[in-house]
Amino acid sequence: MLKLEKRQRPSEVWSYATPVIAVLLTMVFGGLLFMALGKDPFVAIRTIFWDPLFSEFAFFYRPQLLVKGAPLVLIAIGLSYGFRAGIWNIGAEGQYIVGAIFAAAAGLALYPMEARWLIFPLMVLAGAFGGFLWAMIPGILKVRFGTNEILVSLMLVYVAEQLLASMALGALKNPEGFGFPGSRNLAQWSSSQNLEIVAGSGMHWGVVVAFLAVIGTYVTMSRHVLGFQIRLTGQSPRAAAFSGVNPARLVLVSLGVSGALAGLAGMFEVTGPAGQISIDFNAGYGFTAIIVAFLGRLHPIGIMLAGGLMALTYIGGEIAQSQLQMPAAAIQLFQGMLLFFLLAVDVVTHYRVRWRRPASARVAAE
Amino acid sequence: MRDVLLALEGLTKAYPGVVANEDVSFTIGRGEIHALLGENGAGKSTLVKTIYGLVKPDRGRMVLNGARFEPAEPRAARTSGVAMVFQHFSLFDALNVAENIALGMENPPSQRDLAARIEEVSETYGLPLDPFRVVGDLSAGERQRVEIIRCLLQDPKLLIMDEPTSVLTPQEVTILFETLRKLSAEGTAILYISHKLEEIRALCETATILRLGRNVGTCDPRETSARQMAEMMVGGTLHVPEREAAAPGEVALRLESLSAPSPRAFGTSLKEIRLDVRRGEVLGIGGVAGNGQDELLDALSGELRVAPGMIFFEGRDVGAEGPDLRRALGLLAAPEERNGHAAAPEMSLTENAILTGRVREGLSRRGFLNWGRAKTFAERVIERFDVRTPGADNTAMSLSGGNLQKFVIGREILQRPEVLIVNQPTWGVDASAAAAIRQALLDLASNGAAVIVISQDLDELMEISDRFAALNEGRLSEPRPAPGLTVDEIGLMLGGAHDMEVAHVAE
Repeated sequence: MLKLEKRQRPSEVWSYATPVIAVLLTMVFGGLLFMALGKDPFVAIRTIFWDPLFSEFAFFYRPQLLVKGAPLVLIAIGLSYGFRAGIWNIGAEGQYIVGAIFAAAAGLALYPMEARWLIFPLMVLAGAFGGFLWAMIPGILKVRFGTNEILVSLMLVYVAEQLLASMALGALKNPEGFGFPGSRNLAQWSSSQNLEIVAGSGMHWGVVVAFLAVIGTYVTMSRHVLGFQIRLTGQSPRAAAFSGVNPARLVLVSLGVSGALAGLAGMFEVTGPAGQISIDFNAGYGFTAIIVAFLGRLHPIGIMLAGGLMALTYIGGEIAQSQLQMPAAAIQLFQGMLLFFLLAVDVVTHYRVRWRRPASARVAAE
Repeated sequence: MRDVLLALEGLTKAYPGVVANEDVSFTIGRGEIHALLGENGAGKSTLVKTIYGLVKPDRGRMVLNGARFEPAEPRAARTSGVAMVFQHFSLFDALNVAENIALGMENPPSQRDLAARIEEVSETYGLPLDPFRVVGDLSAGERQRVEIIRCLLQDPKLLIMDEPTSVLTPQEVTILFETLRKLSAEGTAILYISHKLEEIRALCETATILRLGRNVGTCDPRETSARQMAEMMVGGTLHVPEREAAAPGEVALRLESLSAPSPRAFGTSLKEIRLDVRRGEVLGIGGVAGNGQDELLDALSGELRVAPGMIFFEGRDVGAEGPDLRRALGLLAAPEERNGHAAAPEMSLTENAILTGRVREGLSRRGFLNWGRAKTFAERVIERFDVRTPGADNTAMSLSGGNLQKFVIGREILQRPEVLIVNQPTWGVDASAAAAIRQALLDLASNGAAVIVISQDLDELMEISDRFAALNEGRLSEPRPAPGLTVDEIGLMLGGAHDMEVAHVAE
């Protein structure tokens, strides 16, 4: 009979090993899934994990890794602030959209002025501010009226999507776009474009900011009082109150940080890879970032690695779709499996699994 | 000598890393009131759990009424006539007394029959209780009566009571003792677990003393002094705290009509508390648990903000200030609950040192933590208060309760407070460590700080307080000089026997 015993403290070895095991299990069961779809599982797994990095055409895919990974890391880093304190912002997708809208609107208000030194930084601030504002809605509602931030932030994603459609069709529509929905192309306007810093590397400003966010968060969590208070609140809320942490302030700060970083991610996307505000601008980065945050154990370095891995499955998934005619849903299922296995395998970091024979002889099944 | 009811022979029970009971043998006679004494962690709980069928011994055997007794579960123990009243009650607040009792029975009779039997038992044993009152409205003493009556309805041969008086006022203790003596006279044996030695001397005929899981001796408590028994428990001589008398200084903390609603459901609101505490004095606040102790501590530590004009620290109104500013001024506190309130269990001792020491010990600069200083501070607490741990990097959770308590109290004392408020400072701490903590509190007062000790241990309060006040249903009595107070006077200050008359009126 299998038996779970709570560990005195979470196992350090397992907390590093479980993400790796989760990835391996995802490969195994993903392979079975692909086999059931009539594809060769080994080719499929190789296409997803190997080809983007080392195939003949890897020079084309490798920059994409940074392009896809940066917004995931940026958003997930922001989410980790709240998640560590037990504050659940599920609406980063909405904050990402609103950040993009604010940034685009701030830039387009000055179109066609040629002043990159003014306009680009202004758009960065506007993007962060937009995401921050959108996150303040669930924040203030929670602090003032005790609403549930999970529900409010999630529902605001759908509001943001409607706002996005309205902007693409109305206020921000390109006047010279022959009636097509969507704004002017911000990636082609020299004052607003978020171009690669080194050509062909995929390294745009969003990637730089994502790295800065990783470093800043690492320092905050390990050395700053705010990081200490966040960890304390997540572990024992009553001890945090005794210590002098103001819970309302912490809710606003952590939601504000995650909103601002999600808004920044939206800004760098709309001025770079996406190029314009369109009805289908958002690609689910805000939701995938939740997986990234947990896959990275809410630790900044872990999130950076997890963001890279997740970007890999995105790109590999696209290759698999085009080369192996894999359905898009199968790829999403594959990504979902990763979170599922991570949470499932996580049990062993907190519990010891024992195999107990009926004859009361005990063997540790570790 | 009475005939033997229960004999324990060589009981041994080991848990990973610790032997809870080692070769424990003794006998309990029919109708005997037998005390089981020992410090925390001496193995008392494991032993009674073995008798009650909750723990299976590794070795040894028990004989009840001449027959081999090995209960597989509490139900089997109850069938054999063993009943137990736990320290923590298992009652549902929303149900009435009779319903609660029916829940614990295998085949409950109808409510009316049960109520009649409850009234019968409660009258026979002098335990006034109305079967139709809702448990949520009962005092702790009355709740205990519900548990006792629940046991008595099973007609037990052996009644085990775990620390029964810790929630009672002295008057309620008297009532309980009369009941127990009556039961004993009728032939029911009682195994009485406590560390309150004077009570044991008043009640029990035999005492078995456990130390580190072993039976280290049996004595007749009526003929042994409390000090002798304490030294048997500790296995050494006991240090009695002492202090130099100091003239009280100026008022350091003043409470003026402090009223505040409890932040918790089923909590107790504070009602118009007036108090002056002077430098150099120890003020003891007694009271039965749940009469506003937690709320008072929260209001003073700054966790619970209050209206202006209620709390003055050296003349400054601090009621609206949070914990950090109060600490900066010198108003420090140590709550009762160690795990999750005074300390964060999953964090290291260094991090727990930051938890309250950040402001006063300068453990951060411009918002950045100084881990080196924090560790040094934690190590100072560990060394000065003899906290048993391999080092400051260990989690608070890895410490035993008593050791963590020493850390929590030491952390505040080493910050040189101007006013220190502690709640249950020696709860769960062994006798020698408790003496050390009390001594440290007295030294603090001698050096000119004002100390408020909230405790349910009246012996402790009488030992260290200059003045004594009682907290009852959120109200604080007028403080009186502690020396010379009699047990009866203290009992009345604590609210007497809670609602004793009510049950009679309802009859």
